[in-house]
Amino acid sequence: MGEAITRPSGWRGIAADLSSDQRAFKNVSWGKGMMWIFLLSDTFIFSCFLLSYMTVRMSTTVPWPNPSEVFALTIGGTKVPLILIAIMTFILISSSGTMAMAVNYGYRRDRVKAAALMLLTAAFGATFVGMQAFEWTKLIMEGVRPWGNPWGADQFGSTFFMITGFHGTHVTIGVIFLIIIARKVWRGDFDSERRGFFTSRKGNYEIVEITGLYWHFVDLVWVFIFAFFYLW
Amino acid sequence: MAQAATAETHVEGQQHPIMLYLVVWGLLFVLSTCSYLVDYFSLQGYLRWSLILAFMILKAGLIVAVFMHMAWERLALIYAILLPPVLVLLFVGIMVLESDYTFFTRVLFFGADPSHFYSPAK
Repeated sequence: MGEAITRPSGWRGIAADLSSDQRAFKNVSWGKGMMWIFLLSDTFIFSCFLLSYMTVRMSTTVPWPNPSEVFALTIGGTKVPLILIAIMTFILISSSGTMAMAVNYGYRRDRVKAAALMLLTAAFGATFVGMQAFEWTKLIMEGVRPWGNPWGADQFGSTFFMITGFHGTHVTIGVIFLIIIARKVWRGDFDSERRGFFTSRKGNYEIVEITGLYWHFVDLVWVFIFAFFYLW
Repeated sequence: MAQAATAETHVEGQQHPIMLYLVVWGLLFVLSTCSYLVDYFSLQGYLRWSLILAFMILKAGLIVAVFMHMAWERLALIYAILLPPVLVLLFVGIMVLESDYTFFTRVLFFGADPSHFYSPAK
């Protein structure tokens, strides 16, 4: 913790870190390290989803519905392609921005600003999930089902509901996670070293960064879903 | 003493100027707008796909490097986390072969004229 040792860098640094005593990931606490490893496993889950989507889309002999038209909204009489998804993208990016700033204020021990920014992040996340619910409702009303849809390949519905549903679940869990941690930050748990209700251990402001890692990951996954599912 | 201990612990935390986050935030907005415009102007073919991929990779890179602070971590963690997903590309290659094969057998056994079918190259 906080060693003043100068560590070797480059390949020599990797060899030194991995062969060292006690901890391989220097400057990274166990909490942060485990969040990264969890995110790596989640990366594989979403990779498998996007891969299965790619496989069914490439192997079907029926035309794939055009997402640009499927997700278009009529605003003021004109049809704007993909507009809802674009707004959802901007909302999620904004939530990532507020999260990054919450982490910063957390480390400065400015608990009111950190908690407020986390709650703002959660509000953006909840808005995102709300818009996703609207999108699902619209598509279901138009007749999209996991086994078929009015515009083309049947696989469209199943991959759409699976991928966006799983992502929406992640956002929802993130919102809950953010609210729980924001409450602790607001109450000053990490200044008074109050023990956690579940772990009975003292926490510190690093948990804001760990929550942030999860939240940025949710945004990261959306970048890939946006590119491959909505734009491709 | 306790104060010194906590101060020391927080040396591990990632501290960067707020300005950096605002710049990255702005860049992400610009890149998202660009990728939306690819669809809005309905660019097609290789131009569309290469632009989508380019904007996607730039956005993902900015998020991981700056927002998730990967740029300031040690190489041991960077490689442990970022190298395994690269193997997914191998999986992509396998599934591309597999889906081409499935497409081919469907055309063959359903006996239809393949030129009527959807093909991404068109």
